[in-house]
Amino acid sequence: MAKVLYIDHEKCTGCRLCELVCAVSHDGISNPARSRIRVLKWEAEGIYIPMTCQQCQDAPCLNVCPVKAISQDEELGRVSVDYNICIGCRACVSVCPFGAMSFNTTDRRVLKCDVCDGDPQCVRFCDVKAVDFVEANDVSIKKSRKAAQRVSAAGKQAADLVARL
Amino acid sequence: MALNRKIAYIDLTTGDVQTKPIPLAVRKKFVGGRGLDAYLLYNNTKKGCDPLGPDNALIISAGILTATLASATARTHVMAKSPLTGMLGSANMGGFFAPELAWAGFHHLVIKGKAKTPCYIYIHNGEIEIREAGDIWGQSVTDAQWAIRQDLGDEEVKSCVCGPAGENLVRFANVMTGVKNAAGRTGMGCVMGSKNLKAVAARGTMDLEIAHPMEALEYNKRFIEQITSAKVSQTQGTLGTPFIWGATNSWGGVRTRNFQYNQCEYSDDIEPERIDEICEETMGPHHMTGCFGCQVHCRAQYKIPSGPLAGRYDEGPEYTSLGAFGAETDTPRAVTVLTGNHLVDQYGMDNLETGSLISWAMELYELGIITDKQTDGLDLSWGNDEAVIEMIERIAYRKGFLGDALADGGIPASKKIGKKSFDYLIQVKGMSNLHSDERATPALALNVATASRGSDHLRSRPAIDLYHLPEKVLRKIYGSPVPYDGPLSSEHTEYIGKPWQVFWQENLYMGVDSLGICKYHTVFLGVTLPTFEEWSKVLYLNTGIEMTPEEIWQAARRCNMIERLFNLREGLKRNDLEKGDMLNHRYFDEPCRRGALDVIGTMIDKKKFVKMVDELYEYQGLDKNGVPKPETLQSLGLENEPSHLL
Repeated sequence: MAKVLYIDHEKCTGCRLCELVCAVSHDGISNPARSRIRVLKWEAEGIYIPMTCQQCQDAPCLNVCPVKAISQDEELGRVSVDYNICIGCRACVSVCPFGAMSFNTTDRRVLKCDVCDGDPQCVRFCDVKAVDFVEANDVSIKKSRKAAQRVSAAGKQAADLVARL
Repeated sequence: MALNRKIAYIDLTTGDVQTKPIPLAVRKKFVGGRGLDAYLLYNNTKKGCDPLGPDNALIISAGILTATLASATARTHVMAKSPLTGMLGSANMGGFFAPELAWAGFHHLVIKGKAKTPCYIYIHNGEIEIREAGDIWGQSVTDAQWAIRQDLGDEEVKSCVCGPAGENLVRFANVMTGVKNAAGRTGMGCVMGSKNLKAVAARGTMDLEIAHPMEALEYNKRFIEQITSAKVSQTQGTLGTPFIWGATNSWGGVRTRNFQYNQCEYSDDIEPERIDEICEETMGPHHMTGCFGCQVHCRAQYKIPSGPLAGRYDEGPEYTSLGAFGAETDTPRAVTVLTGNHLVDQYGMDNLETGSLISWAMELYELGIITDKQTDGLDLSWGNDEAVIEMIERIAYRKGFLGDALADGGIPASKKIGKKSFDYLIQVKGMSNLHSDERATPALALNVATASRGSDHLRSRPAIDLYHLPEKVLRKIYGSPVPYDGPLSSEHTEYIGKPWQVFWQENLYMGVDSLGICKYHTVFLGVTLPTFEEWSKVLYLNTGIEMTPEEIWQAARRCNMIERLFNLREGLKRNDLEKGDMLNHRYFDEPCRRGALDVIGTMIDKKKFVKMVDELYEYQGLDKNGVPKPETLQSLGLENEPSHLL
């Protein structure tokens, strides 16, 4: 099973280095508008959430594409665009429920995460591992472990409270 | 390309806007950021101009490496003639404004004139527009930024703003961006206020080509590892700058009760670990955040845990807030520090200057130089937490005699208060000293006395002098990129070799400020961090400019010299207590009363201090009066300033 991007937004410090390295590694240009990953921020509350393509199994972009330029790439676990076929109609941009498909107005073409052909640069540069690249099977076990920790901590807290009564 | 980022001249009186390219020859001479700002300030203001008048030039800039792959190229620099000191005004901040400015097409903005009504400047993909501020004027630092986003209908806009303190012309008001990033010294926010300029907002999606993208990417990986592998960066990424406070205080280097003590006792509640606990309790385990592209993430997030502002979100507190609202006023309580930090962030006011002036007023109150009459009945006794919080508000809104007097800065306030108040004012060139106590460290004392923007720890401080590094290591650091074979001492209480260290650091910090990189990413606190050698590579890979480490060093010297020329033009005199390279007499008269064995009893030896200044001037190419020798100006290519190259 191919690896997937796993985002743990609690770890994100909001630095946006992922955006910078994404744009530079793909296009040789620094410009967040060229990044396939974007950190959405609520600065007033200190909340930062990186958003990128989920590489959906039943991908709306793939389904909507009128010229079948978008396909599933099982080996790399990604949904990819064939620019030789793409007509730049932006139907995929409007249908993506995550806003992860965008359109670059300079190059006049759509762009989305291609997991850097298996070596995602955002992951490579994210020191806190808010963006990680893991086996798809491991995503849920990681989340389970975290949730279990919370349950266990809550249990201890509750026991403390009972003991104090 | 970084090199096609432009400079804009904006006249708020006439509404006229002109944009120009920045020639490569100018880049090689003054690089960008603070260095080029210094050149622009010297060229765009006249001797004796009123800092609060329309003729003062407010310059806002990004570094030459901003938004490129050089790690933490987030710094915004702000320069103008200072309304606090009447000399060089200069302040630097992190956050996300500078990259946005670069993506919007600009590196330097020179803002002159004065708008008839409150306004803000909006910069968007090469276009510059002056807009009515309306009711954004009067709003707090963060509210103003969110209101601008609403006004423009774009959540991605980044702004730098002045807060109520800037509007009220508090002479040490900040320019700020985000929740707490502050260009917080020398009153740059006051200059904004005087121009009726509430904010500069930027939004950009213009391509910034990297000269050698793949090499830059790979080099950046190594560059980042060099930074994050240093223990000091890791500690900073866990505890933030408070970790420095904890270490400094336990050793005996923190001014307490203005200048009476050099260590804050009973400080458990504001020790870095305690602050970290509060951050974790209020924001969860991942409570560190950072500036653009930075992997050090040295800034904590917190909510005020109790008190009148309980539940309010802010970032920090940094080293300075712990000293300003904890130690100097002898109120070492977390709630006081966190509340004080939040208030100055919201009013947009320098925490350092504010805390130092409040503690000075407290000492005057103790001595009877000011009484309840001047404080309008406020009990300014040491340790009075409520009084500290109250004074912050009084200064920001110029309330009462004392609030209004302190808002004008220390020297003008001392003239209003009279008696011997000036003797107790811990300042250089009219700007208050950091809460660090430099009596046990002659190198650091020399640094604050001679710094170009008034007493300051971020212009030339050889902070690593405290690490007692072996001479061999010191030689390696301080002997590059230009050779040095004079004396060097690992002993922090020594006077030997320190002038060279200060001179070296002065050029290092000018370099880092001109590139637009954070000081925590060079030899400030960490010994193994990148310097001239690495910068030369990173500059070439990102911008294509070829400058050797020696050439960057020489450019930094040139930019420092321009700052010197500006200060001399505005009245700097070597031994002048108000406008000179001189320390308050207490550094020479009062020994440290607390601290470690190598601290207690120490003070600065005036004769040796004078000799250190002589020696530093020698390295800088100045005569005994601190004025550049003609041959120095010639060797730096500054013999025809102002030269109006752009």
